[in-house]
Amino acid sequence: MEIEQLEKVASQVRRDIVRMVHGCQSGHPGGSLGCADLLVGLYFDHMLIKEEDGKAVFDMNGTGEDLFFLSNGHISPVWYSVLARKGYFPVEEMATFRKLDSRLQGHPTTHEDLPGIRIASGSLGQGLSVAIGAAMAKKLNGDDRFVYCLMGDGEQQEGQVWEAATFAPHHMVDNLIAFIDLNGQQIDGPTVKVMNNRDLGAKYEAFGWEVMEVKEGNDMASVIKGLKEAKSKAGHGKPVMVLLNTGMGYGVDFMMGSHKWHGVAPNDEQLAAALAQLEESLGDY
Amino acid sequence: MKKYTFTEKKDTRSGFGAGMQVLGQQNPDVVALCADLVGSLKLDAFIKENPERFIQCGISEANMIGVSAGLTIGGKIPFATTFANFATGRVYDQIRQSVAYSGKNVKICASHAGLTLGEDGATHQILEDLGMMKMLPGMTVINPCDFNQTKAATIAIAEYDGPVYLRFGRPVVPIFTDPDQKFEIGKAWMVSEGTDVSIFATGHLVWEAIQAGEQLEAEGISAEIINIHTIKPLDEEAILKSVAKTGCAVTAEEHNRIGGLGDSVAQVLIKNQLVPQEYIAVDDSFGESGTPAQLMEKYGLTAKDIVAAAKRAIARK
Repeated sequence: MEIEQLEKVASQVRRDIVRMVHGCQSGHPGGSLGCADLLVGLYFDHMLIKEEDGKAVFDMNGTGEDLFFLSNGHISPVWYSVLARKGYFPVEEMATFRKLDSRLQGHPTTHEDLPGIRIASGSLGQGLSVAIGAAMAKKLNGDDRFVYCLMGDGEQQEGQVWEAATFAPHHMVDNLIAFIDLNGQQIDGPTVKVMNNRDLGAKYEAFGWEVMEVKEGNDMASVIKGLKEAKSKAGHGKPVMVLLNTGMGYGVDFMMGSHKWHGVAPNDEQLAAALAQLEESLGDY
Repeated sequence: MKKYTFTEKKDTRSGFGAGMQVLGQQNPDVVALCADLVGSLKLDAFIKENPERFIQCGISEANMIGVSAGLTIGGKIPFATTFANFATGRVYDQIRQSVAYSGKNVKICASHAGLTLGEDGATHQILEDLGMMKMLPGMTVINPCDFNQTKAATIAIAEYDGPVYLRFGRPVVPIFTDPDQKFEIGKAWMVSEGTDVSIFATGHLVWEAIQAGEQLEAEGISAEIINIHTIKPLDEEAILKSVAKTGCAVTAEEHNRIGGLGDSVAQVLIKNQLVPQEYIAVDDSFGESGTPAQLMEKYGLTAKDIVAAAKRAIARK
């Protein structure tokens, strides 16, 4: 897909995010907005996904297709929007986000059989391990497709992440491409103040990963270029870690660059101000 | 009169290892994972015959559970193995989110459960694992009683699609069940019929219950002994049918009295048919170092304790 088209999808996804969070007056807009470009780039351009009549078709095992795992499950709005826009489920269902009896739970889950979701996430630090397991299953099955996993930068404070970080290079899980959303923010404030992760690139390199950086994680052309580079590094004996620099709240000026919009919903006035900045390219749900 | 005799003693963990060897030969989707305890889990034969289907995880149990959950996406049947303490309490949230809530077909196989781990002491002697695991919605919880039953259970859970906690142990104990038994998840096994008291026992306590039954019979008391190898789903029908006949119950387990088999049976009785029930279990405490036999004696988990409990239950009728 052309960069311009991908940007249009990302704009609609950002509209979906703020509308979903506004609709239930809860959820996490900041990180969702910041990762919109990555998820759109992955699902609408980069990943091989089973489709029928232009719509994504879901099967749990995902044999022969690329798989994506969201470890920082609180940014579910961006994932739900991308999945719906890709055709996994009706876009109208976004109106049910975080409401009673919805398949769009606050944090992603397989429990309600929402197409596109393969594991529950929300309690942080678990997704990388799961992605590694799925990547190893692909190898055992002789399936040459890739597994992608997104984590937060605050999430790097969880111990299990480092168990997984040790494990993947040891077992040469080189069909795995992981991302850390480096937005520098977490609930209690800037990550460097809450718990300084220091040099994550050096850490992963020391653990045996192939590490690369995407400096402009909110520039679609940079994201697509970065994804291609990451894939070229895969398959050479090491798992690949992409440090993705994003802005929390990117695309909505008053939400940008602050941890204050980590988990806060906009009111009616703020919603209108946000939507005025985002093109309705695919039609609101 | 002896109802059950044994000619050989073996550890239940070896039953697990024997079951894994069979699965390795029969089911190409079965994958074994272990957190640096291959010898203790008796996985050597499986690994030797299927090196490509064994994943060494190192001392990283949380990651092992997550990797196991991921392996199911792709149709693998992962058997995640370590000591019971590290397989449950240490990784409760990983099991809760990535396995139970996600409905993944992961088999959590735990050795060295309970006091009979022995000399290592309380840090390793988990007595809360059955409770933690049975509280998870959708989790099947199995605690077999001897080598043969553990082997049969190991083979059976591979056929069942869903998360399972399989608990076994370290000490050598009598083998008294059928080597060719067909293990049915959730179906209690009638060890011997009786009319005066129902003894519901699980794990290592089944043999103690059998010995208790013989002592009671010598005193003219007829005990019905039922092996509840599956704590969840519980065979409520077997429990209710038995107490309808005997009018009182003893539960026996190598676990904290809070949250174990006893509480599960009590719920069934309270809801359906209230009869006196006595618990044989560890009385809300941690364990300690000692030989398995010394610990069973000190914490009141032997045949003579079951005999006394049976008499108390009968007296309360």
